[in-house]
Amino acid sequence: MRKVLMGNHALSYGAKLSRAEVISAYPITPQTEVVELLSQMCASGELKAKFIKVESEHSAMASLIGASATGVRTFTATSSQGLALMHEMLHWAAGARTPVVMGNINRAFAPPWSVWTEQNDSLSQRDTGWMQLYAQNNQEVLDSVIQAYKVAESLDLPAMVVLAAFVLSHTSETVDIPAQEKVDEFLPPYKREYKIDPDEPHAFGGLTKPDNYFELRYKIQKAMEKAVSKWEEVGEEFEAFFGRKYGLVETYKVSDAKDLIVSSATIASTARNAVDSLREKGKKVGLLRIRVFRPFPAEMIRRILSSVDKVIVIDRNIGFGSSGIFCQEVKAAMYNEKNTPPIFGVIAGLGGRDVTSKNIIEIYEDAIKMEEPESDIIWKDLKI
Amino acid sequence: MKLKIPEQEIMSCGNVACQGCGATLAMRYALKALGKNTVLTIPACCWTVIDGPFPHSTVNVPLFHTAFSTAAATASGIKAGFEILGKDTNVVAWTGDGATYDIGLGTVSGAAERNDDILYVCYDNEAYMNTGNQRSSSTPLKAWTTTTPVENPKESHKKDIISIMAAHRIPYIATASIAYPEDMIEKFKKAKDIKGMRFILVFCPCPTGWKYAPQLTVKLARLAVQSNLFPLLEIENGTKWKLTKKIAHPKPIAEYLKLQGRFKHLNKKDIAEIQQIVEADWNLLLKKIEK
Amino acid sequence: MAKKSDEKIIYKKEKEMPPSAISFYSMDYNKTGSWRNFRPVIDYEKCTLCMICWKFCPEAAIKLEKTKKKGKEEVKPVIDYEYCKGCGICWEECPTRAIDIEEETD
Repeated sequence: MRKVLMGNHALSYGAKLSRAEVISAYPITPQTEVVELLSQMCASGELKAKFIKVESEHSAMASLIGASATGVRTFTATSSQGLALMHEMLHWAAGARTPVVMGNINRAFAPPWSVWTEQNDSLSQRDTGWMQLYAQNNQEVLDSVIQAYKVAESLDLPAMVVLAAFVLSHTSETVDIPAQEKVDEFLPPYKREYKIDPDEPHAFGGLTKPDNYFELRYKIQKAMEKAVSKWEEVGEEFEAFFGRKYGLVETYKVSDAKDLIVSSATIASTARNAVDSLREKGKKVGLLRIRVFRPFPAEMIRRILSSVDKVIVIDRNIGFGSSGIFCQEVKAAMYNEKNTPPIFGVIAGLGGRDVTSKNIIEIYEDAIKMEEPESDIIWKDLKI
Repeated sequence: MKLKIPEQEIMSCGNVACQGCGATLAMRYALKALGKNTVLTIPACCWTVIDGPFPHSTVNVPLFHTAFSTAAATASGIKAGFEILGKDTNVVAWTGDGATYDIGLGTVSGAAERNDDILYVCYDNEAYMNTGNQRSSSTPLKAWTTTTPVENPKESHKKDIISIMAAHRIPYIATASIAYPEDMIEKFKKAKDIKGMRFILVFCPCPTGWKYAPQLTVKLARLAVQSNLFPLLEIENGTKWKLTKKIAHPKPIAEYLKLQGRFKHLNKKDIAEIQQIVEADWNLLLKKIEK
Repeated sequence: MAKKSDEKIIYKKEKEMPPSAISFYSMDYNKTGSWRNFRPVIDYEKCTLCMICWKFCPEAAIKLEKTKKKGKEEVKPVIDYEYCKGCGICWEECPTRAIDIEEETD
């Protein structure tokens, strides 16, 4: 069945089709439609889930960790300030190995107040042990929620599906809504190994001395490393079921590219148009879209970047005191390689400033003039 | 000899609580009343440590550790999960006064307003004891703690958490003292079978923080009740207040205060002031009690 | 039921270690009796078998020992010195002063 859905509702449908069982959420612009539709679905019985109308995002995540630990499927959604408020509990979800799935609408942090898109909110959580993926259209949003549950539950790691504020959250696109029976076949009910269960009592998360804490952290990292192949595997299985293919990265006109634009989410989808325009002018440029950011697909990036002359990373975020975050990670992945091309880091679109196809062509043409990057950050169209 | 409280022990020995810990005695009684079909969720507090280090545990029921302010929210989530799974298990938030009166007050209020089906227990040792006795809003007036030193003892009154909970109109609220285990166990058993949010405040003296010889723990818990400092009561739906123990001849508060090192700096004027406050609060309470 | 162990467990094999900090073992290994400076001793001549000491022990370290004498079940409180921390609550609360406090010599 095809429907015209805004990104927020694509998240709601993803959660509904995945048969989320406990939902705990607190409203925040621009996420409110996600929870409003889910409330509706729970009230009408369309979705058999308990909806806890928590009093804060911190409590939302706390309650979902508790619920997930009993062995049920959980979902929430939030954005910027709400995600930041949850931060303590994001660490907790990963440490407790609860596969909570969350939708995050990328929105710029306050102060000053802003509701427009920027990636700092989700990227600030990159060390928490959550898997993260950045969607470029509403179909991918819906599909990624279903995939996220499959990967998360097989590794007991939480996952967030990230989409841009307004550009995706409030933009309507045609979305194919898969049949419930097919999703049920693809995604069976959650089975948790060690549950909160009075028939098998355990303490969970007890004080751990340096004698074994180290090993528990090692286990989380090992699960993240396994996630790389798991995302691939689930992507292939998803394609077999539903006919749509997603990997950890997406390449566009890369096989004969001399230069590469690397980006994520909606900047990447706009960049596709820029690549086409540049190709018409005879420029051999390609696009690499990073979809799964955690675990970082370093090996895939090394393979793709080793054969190009110049790389331009466009970040809609900034790690203050350092540089664009995707750019830092790409550089780190390439560091020990023999053939590493110069990597130009561009920061654009902070606070929701529009990044058009024309802007991306300008970014490319400005970078291409330089042999080497002159600084770690190239600011696109700074007004001052 | 007939035992007045259930015989079976659920908690095992070997916990790492201080000698004479009131909160440990409270857990022993609570588990006797609740039975094995119970799940505890414990935020940062003394009991986080008392249960013992990974991979060991002393309570013999599932214990889900959680972040400091989140016990009520976590308990609500666990209960929601059990409701989905069709499990009828007691879900109990077991918290200290720090988590309940201060950092977690918002989450307690949230769960109470939603009337989530959880039993919320606060074992009150009147300070942030796990971090070494810093004041909480539960610390009584004029008490010494490390952050209210003798030169500047606690200036504000102990927060009236019971009235706050009553304002939420939850089905059941009770106060309990470890010196009255029969009363406490009866209240826990009653609370266990009620649906909706239940709140029980347990008075737990702390020898380490209150600075007294550990053998006096039960005696102090008794004196607090006998001097009307900590009345034993029950509240139904936030509106029907009832005393479960009437003290015929209340003891002077001095008897209670003099046994504790944290009140050693009080002079006669201070003690008289505290006596007045205890009586004034008691008279206010009497007005709420159903005739 | 929680697994027993003689000492604090430290995992040394990845396969044996649970995926997160999940506790499988009891705290029995921790013999808190070693904490004592003073030990309570019940004088069974004075003891009226009221069980108040058993009731008020925070550690549940006073056990009810049941024996059958002439067909009748007899219960008496017995202090488990492996775990008794020597807090003295039993000594303080005993209504007949049947518990003495002695200095721990071990």
